[in-house]
Amino acid sequence: MILQLFLTFSLLSLLAIGGANAVLPEMYRQIVEIHGWMEAATFAQLFALAQAAPGPNILAASVMGWRIAGPSGLAAATLGMLLPAAILAWCVAGVTQRLSRAPWLKPAQFGLVPVAIGLIAASGVIMAEAAGTGPLPWIIILGSAAFVWRTAFSPLWALAAGGVLGWILL
Amino acid sequence: MRLGELFLGYAKIGLLGFGGVAAIARHVIVEERKWLSERDYAEVLGLGQVLPGPNVGNAAVMIGRRFHGFAGAVTATAGLYSGPLAILVLLAVFYDHFGQEPGVASFMRGVAAAAAGMVIGMAVKMADKLRPPIELIGVGLLSLVAGAWLRLPLPLIVLILAPLGIWLSLRRHAA
Repeated sequence: MILQLFLTFSLLSLLAIGGANAVLPEMYRQIVEIHGWMEAATFAQLFALAQAAPGPNILAASVMGWRIAGPSGLAAATLGMLLPAAILAWCVAGVTQRLSRAPWLKPAQFGLVPVAIGLIAASGVIMAEAAGTGPLPWIIILGSAAFVWRTAFSPLWALAAGGVLGWILL
Repeated sequence: MRLGELFLGYAKIGLLGFGGVAAIARHVIVEERKWLSERDYAEVLGLGQVLPGPNVGNAAVMIGRRFHGFAGAVTATAGLYSGPLAILVLLAVFYDHFGQEPGVASFMRGVAAAAAGMVIGMAVKMADKLRPPIELIGVGLLSLVAGAWLRLPLPLIVLILAPLGIWLSLRRHAA
């Protein structure tokens, strides 16, 4: 069981190009439909919980491992999700260090930057569509975007202000 | 930068990364601690984005390795994940009590809206500071449209647009 958890999440880790949200449908298929480890509603709740908590959203895998098999399930899911991707990132970092003198490396890497920024913006838009349930949430979304773009203050101030506004007015 | 500072920096990113860690990671690494320049960080993040796994997590491995080798990669990764993991387990244990309170729910709705704006603001800020050439702006807009509105699978977007971006950037460099 624990080994199966580890292997399932290792597979998901290698499929997670673009982060946790990219792998969500396959994660659902594996956990709910193929293995029947939990109900669909529990899956949705745990994913929402991981989104609300601080830290990378990929940790949804950890909390699901915990729900499925307790502490050892948490360890198996976390290591399964993190290790393959981390090993790959380690190897790629080694390649880029070895090639650091190559004149084409920096421009080639810079070609990936717009893809990263575009996909980060896309995830922001998707989050905004989910969160923008009325005029006030949209004011918070736009205000927070402007704050982060135009100032060097920590983005946490925007989150705190959004939370307080939501608490008072929503 | 010492190992301890690397750990603390990444612990801060993990623990304060509400609504995703991308914006706070850039803030801590580029603006607050000045470990990397805007451009260096964007390049590491770009690589982290096209590899499987979370972009900031991949960047943590690469930045850790750059400054402190294997120990650095492990330290940055541990810093990033250990705090949030502990909090998440606590939340999962007390989930039945948490989230049902109406005050908590509306607070979280406000946080979710601000987090969405924060992610958009971060992307705009990076584009604004990096000033990529026009054809790369085009690639960025294509990724945005494909991801946000066409809702194409992310691996497919990366598979098509990453080579295009690399090719255009190399062509511009050679010119």
